[in-house]
Amino acid sequence: MNATIALFLAQDGIINGAIYALLGVALVLVFAVTRVIFVPQGEFVAWGALTVAALEAGTVPGTAWLLAVLGLAAALLEVVRERHAMSVAKVAVMVVRDVALPFALLGLVIWAAPMRLGLAVYVLVTLVLLVPMGPLIYRLAFQPLADAPVLVLFIAAIGVHFSLLGLGLVFFGAEGFRNTPFLDMSFPLGPMMVKAQSVWIVVVTLLLLAALYAFFERTLLGKALRATAVNRLGARLVGIPVRATGRMAFALAAAIGAVSGILIGPLTTIYYDSGFLIGLKGFVAAIIAGLASYPLTALAALLVGMLESFSAFFASAFKEVIVFSLLIPVLVWRSFAAGHHDDEEEE
Amino acid sequence: MAAAGSSFSLRLFAVAAVAVLPLLPFVPDFWITLGGYIGLYSLVAIGLVLLTGVGGMTSFGQAAFVGFGAYATAALTTKFGFSPWATLPFALAATGLMALLIGLVTVKLSGHYLPLGTIAWGISFFYLFGNIEWLGRFDGISGLPPFSIGPISLIDARAVYYLIWLVVLVAVVLSENLLDSRVGRAMRALRGGSVAAEAFGVDTARAKLIVFVYAALLAGTSGWLYAHVQRAVSPSPFGLNAGIEYLLMAVLGGSGFVLGGVLGAAIVTVLKDQLQNILPKLIGADGNFETIVFGILMVAVLQLARQGLWPFLMRLLPPSPQKAVELSAEPLERRRLPERGMAVLEAEKARKQFGGLVAVNDVSFMVKGGEIVGLIGPNGAGKSTTFNLVTGVLPATSGEIRYMGRRIDALPARKIAELGIARTFQHVKLMPSMTLLENVAIGAHSRNRPGVISAMLRLDRLPEARLIAEAARQIERVGLTEHMHKPAGSLALGQQRIAEIARALCLDPALLLLDEPAAGLRFNEKQQLAELLSQLRADGMSVLLVEHDMDFVMKVTNHLVVLDFGTKIAEGTPAEISVNPVVLEAYLGGVE
Repeated sequence: MNATIALFLAQDGIINGAIYALLGVALVLVFAVTRVIFVPQGEFVAWGALTVAALEAGTVPGTAWLLAVLGLAAALLEVVRERHAMSVAKVAVMVVRDVALPFALLGLVIWAAPMRLGLAVYVLVTLVLLVPMGPLIYRLAFQPLADAPVLVLFIAAIGVHFSLLGLGLVFFGAEGFRNTPFLDMSFPLGPMMVKAQSVWIVVVTLLLLAALYAFFERTLLGKALRATAVNRLGARLVGIPVRATGRMAFALAAAIGAVSGILIGPLTTIYYDSGFLIGLKGFVAAIIAGLASYPLTALAALLVGMLESFSAFFASAFKEVIVFSLLIPVLVWRSFAAGHHDDEEEE
Repeated sequence: MAAAGSSFSLRLFAVAAVAVLPLLPFVPDFWITLGGYIGLYSLVAIGLVLLTGVGGMTSFGQAAFVGFGAYATAALTTKFGFSPWATLPFALAATGLMALLIGLVTVKLSGHYLPLGTIAWGISFFYLFGNIEWLGRFDGISGLPPFSIGPISLIDARAVYYLIWLVVLVAVVLSENLLDSRVGRAMRALRGGSVAAEAFGVDTARAKLIVFVYAALLAGTSGWLYAHVQRAVSPSPFGLNAGIEYLLMAVLGGSGFVLGGVLGAAIVTVLKDQLQNILPKLIGADGNFETIVFGILMVAVLQLARQGLWPFLMRLLPPSPQKAVELSAEPLERRRLPERGMAVLEAEKARKQFGGLVAVNDVSFMVKGGEIVGLIGPNGAGKSTTFNLVTGVLPATSGEIRYMGRRIDALPARKIAELGIARTFQHVKLMPSMTLLENVAIGAHSRNRPGVISAMLRLDRLPEARLIAEAARQIERVGLTEHMHKPAGSLALGQQRIAEIARALCLDPALLLLDEPAAGLRFNEKQQLAELLSQLRADGMSVLLVEHDMDFVMKVTNHLVVLDFGTKIAEGTPAEISVNPVVLEAYLGGVE
């Protein structure tokens, strides 16, 4: 290996690390607020890229249909589950928000898809379709389990991942796609060529991390999320609607997942099941940071990205083995650092 | 015993039904093949039931152990010409060794870190299997020989079906035997957290490792069978998705019940087959679309029936037989109690600091043989922390704690328990789903030692009978005999506190530590408790108790130690303490 290759690998590592950082931060956020280990995060990455790909091809992405179905299911189930607390006004809100709006969107996409309105529109449509899915999934799968142990929520998250994985296959098929870059150009930086898309990724990641920081530090909603993360009961007592913060956290996670997918779509071929491994690497970063610290997560993500790109060079076949085997010593260390508290009690 | 009889005949009927199925001429071959797969998956699911439902550890990586068993036999039969039968010990050894290594690292992970770890090694091993040249990379190894008996080869689905279900039957019997034993009760107590189990001499880390390796061995056995039924192996049936499906089987069937694993395996296997027929036609493409339904099923079960489906089925069946109690069994050996008046427990300048907070501030006191000492003080005085120092739940920051002259402040809780110190907990720590008898029997865990193998083979019945008889005697002693076979969770809180005392007595302690034993008791129950304590004292036992009910304390104790803000402010006889001005001030506030 010479310096050029090392630089090239480092560039790769930084780009991957940036994406893992975004995902890791979202995972920490969701875990802190809802105690859910959000495994399906990876599906949003894949769907972000593949929805753009479908729109580029002038077709209606399956995610548009899914949003409508999820909305309908969430509204129906909520009416049944909370039939004692239902009022006409509540039902009306749900009908408009969860049923009418998604179906209107679906109609719009069907009408506009063949017109090929350009990348900016595709990105916008993708976000509008995917972001509301976060809260809908929270309402369908996790809200009824809000008081369950972390372990139960985790198994449920795996269940959701399993379902979404199959749905991804239905919507996008087994074929992989590589999207058009935002700007198709490269420029020299020292001895190597840097793709514009790579710069995009790093810039957007930094902007998003800064925006998240401002959101948590400067806005009331962000502070409410932080308060819920510290103590759910306490947050409820001071009047923070805990359910709403859960939905908010899932919306943010879905948004971050979708943005990550849109960003990496032009750099690598994405398949319906690519998201899981990408998401898991965000996880490795989040866990190194103890599922608690945002800056540490970002730093750990960079480390994971580097480790991945360098092990891809030295032992490409064993890249995944190396990255995921790293998790075990980290878990052991984390487990002992967390101390011996009796958190396994249930039944 | 009528219930036991009908339950047994029902099981016999189930076995007969499984055995007769392939003999019926109208049953299509395909069903028999499917039945064989149900058996193969049942083995893995039974292991997961023990791991998840009983041991409280969730694994998504179980498929990897199936892979170890399968690859071990595939390599040995195709590359070294072994017969399939001869590879079983090797397949089990390979799986067991891997499980031991992985288990040593991962079972100590707490809470959700463990399942995350299982995902990590689930993925790692999938890529490892798929990238090793010698194991055929992602194509795997094909051309494995089928099982054969003499000249007859078990290629026919019906023939191998019997082999598979014979193994399942053995696994069910061994697993149920294991659960209904001393080691099994220790495993079942793991879900309640480690503190209570360790307080009675259970080595929880070891118990977890045993469950982990046992579950892996079942998975490895399944892999060994699978390899010769399929006659080919490749990485994909041993990946993470397969691991998730196995967990679904355990969760769906009922993760606390051995037969729930079989039920879950049957439902998932049949459903998968049906969905793989229907969904691709419906969707118009090929693929594993069943994951959509499986995922929704997993979430629905967790939301609607977290115990799985087996309990629903059990409601339709006659109740399972009560555990037999043979009071005639030879009593367990008793500990020699220390002489009356001899120093049993000595705390000397015991200190516990949490950061800047001094919870126990250089406290010294003594408990003598045949004496009841009360530890009293306002809330937050450091009483429970002192208990935890004596029982090894927390290490002391400085100072000495001696038991019969021997220092115990550096010993782990279970070693202290083995020396003869038993305790109850301020917040009841019984396993709600286990019967009172089984809960109390955990108290005697350290008093005899039949192990895993003898439990599985039922060679432990004599020591087991002695242990159960001891538990029954202690339950009788505290007056709960009529509730003996009820789940502990169904008792009133006061009764649960008394049950904790019975469990502690089961350890045959020389020193008994009771943390607020009278809280939540009715007047009559308190009187009975006082009588019991007096009787224990008369027998020569020493008791240290924390209690807020002053009438009770004054009546039963010989000596009182008063703590306030972690510091000992007085000690003496109940009569002295009741007029001590310092104590009165601590309790009632200063009289200005």
